[in-house]
Amino acid sequence: MHALYKILASHAGVDSVTPGEIVTANVDFAEVNDLYLQVLKSYEAMGGGKVWNPEKITFIFDHFNPAPSIKAAENHRQMREFCFAQKIPHLVDINEGVCHQVMPERGWVRPGMILVATDSHTVTHGAFGAFGTGVGSTDMASIMQTGKLWFRVPEVIKINVDGILTKGVMAKDVILKIIGELKQDAAVYKAIEFTGSLIENLSVAERMTICNMTVEMGAKTSYIQPNEEVLKYVRERYGDDFTVYQTDPDFAYAAEYHFDVNNLVPQAAAPHSVDNVIPVSEDHLGVQINQVLIGTCTGGRFEDIEVAAKILKGQHIPVHTRLIILPASKEVLSRCLEKGYISDLMAAGATIAAPGCGPCLGVHQGLLADGERCATTSSRNFPGRMGSTKAEIYVVSPATAAASALEGKLADPRKYL
Amino acid sequence: MEKIQGKVFKFNDNIDTDQIYPGRYLDKSDHQEIAQHVMEGADPSFKENYQPGDIIVAGKNFGCGSSREHAVITLNAAGVGAVIAESFARIFYRNAVNMAYPVLICPGIVEQVTAGEEIEVDLVEAKITLSSGEVLQAEKLSDYVLNIFQHGGVIQMFQAKSGQEAGQK
Repeated sequence: MHALYKILASHAGVDSVTPGEIVTANVDFAEVNDLYLQVLKSYEAMGGGKVWNPEKITFIFDHFNPAPSIKAAENHRQMREFCFAQKIPHLVDINEGVCHQVMPERGWVRPGMILVATDSHTVTHGAFGAFGTGVGSTDMASIMQTGKLWFRVPEVIKINVDGILTKGVMAKDVILKIIGELKQDAAVYKAIEFTGSLIENLSVAERMTICNMTVEMGAKTSYIQPNEEVLKYVRERYGDDFTVYQTDPDFAYAAEYHFDVNNLVPQAAAPHSVDNVIPVSEDHLGVQINQVLIGTCTGGRFEDIEVAAKILKGQHIPVHTRLIILPASKEVLSRCLEKGYISDLMAAGATIAAPGCGPCLGVHQGLLADGERCATTSSRNFPGRMGSTKAEIYVVSPATAAASALEGKLADPRKYL
Repeated sequence: MEKIQGKVFKFNDNIDTDQIYPGRYLDKSDHQEIAQHVMEGADPSFKENYQPGDIIVAGKNFGCGSSREHAVITLNAAGVGAVIAESFARIFYRNAVNMAYPVLICPGIVEQVTAGEEIEVDLVEAKITLSSGEVLQAEKLSDYVLNIFQHGGVIQMFQAKSGQEAGQK
């Protein structure tokens, strides 16, 4: 069996599972974000009462923080009251950051667990050897009632990535290249595991970025076998009480792909589709950029802001361009403040937004007008994703985003690093 | 379950949830308010042109992107009869099933129907009857999924279960 199947089987109380089978499994941890008041409505419609386990549920206010509308404020109010009434201790209010960054930081994500959240990017937690998947409001209300959820056991696709990245080429460029080749429906209802010499040596942050974007290929979940750095990260925040599952050597994958990234150049998903991937090189340089966003659960970690600060320190962005820094969490922001990166970026012309994810989905903290172009380290460039349907979005790495802010046009970061 | 009849509105591959229900309206939770923005990102005129019961036929990967249940709520509350697609993104499909909103997977359907054509959908048998009388066989719903549909959704399943428990006491 695959490690993911062993996780599902152990949580469903069975010896083994096979692809296509439907199992009902215990959920270890559930997260509700602030978009979905519907979760509470569905919960009440199901009969209400006490939640299955208040310690294993968190509410995280990250999409609407601080509240940009009266309706959003009302969502927050009702969710806070629900947490207080249900004695749910893990209420993460508007001052913390994006769920997928906050949960691992707090030790809520560990190898071998099943983590379900009302957010499609829950696939991020494959970076920790966990089974993470996103659901809608009704599924979440079911979990809050019973602690269980039905899962169709997914086929597993294996993606081998070998090679060494050259300076200025990042994990984000790797996953963009993969999505550009395999296309956005390549893994619908399937799981993706990453292996290979590049993957084995990636940091926790880089693993998170790669796993995060598997949902842009339709993946149900993702997986990278935890290495010592991942285990150290988890132990420091939680302790030793978790299980690392291993895939059996004879496991048959549904498909296997190989990528050699030795000569990979910076990549961009051009408008209006995440699999419309182009190299950031001669033909595409010079497209004028009005706004740059560096942040979110895809590209707002310490390492991402660090590379931007290195490129922009002592420089200034042009007058027709604006730069928004949106750290993924308060911990990320604090570390960047200590290192002086935030003052360097502010001196370069950046605006610092509250840790969260508002602009990525066009809710607040930096929307786009008709005809504007944005380079972003977030994950999606659907029409209207960040505001006007007449705006254009290029999804890029943090280094490419910073270089593009500096030049005011789509730019290759390698010459600055 | 009754058969669904309506006029076809066609959409391309990869219609994402921002096109079905734009992110800027996500703070809404009243279903009738949510219905006001149905398909607004993909086709702002859709709301003016469709009649309740009309059917969306789409290409691959319908509903990709975010986990927002608003995408199903808007179609359901607006009275769009069903969505038939070549394939669906996972979370959208699951959300639809959980709400007993009619969805069928039918590879090749985009080529076989014309916009504006009247079709009839039999969800239980997964059969689609075209205006010519030709019948397409879509993928049959699994027993697990059909059971959810027969209850009218997951919320209704919970209600039925608690009703039974109350009856036993």
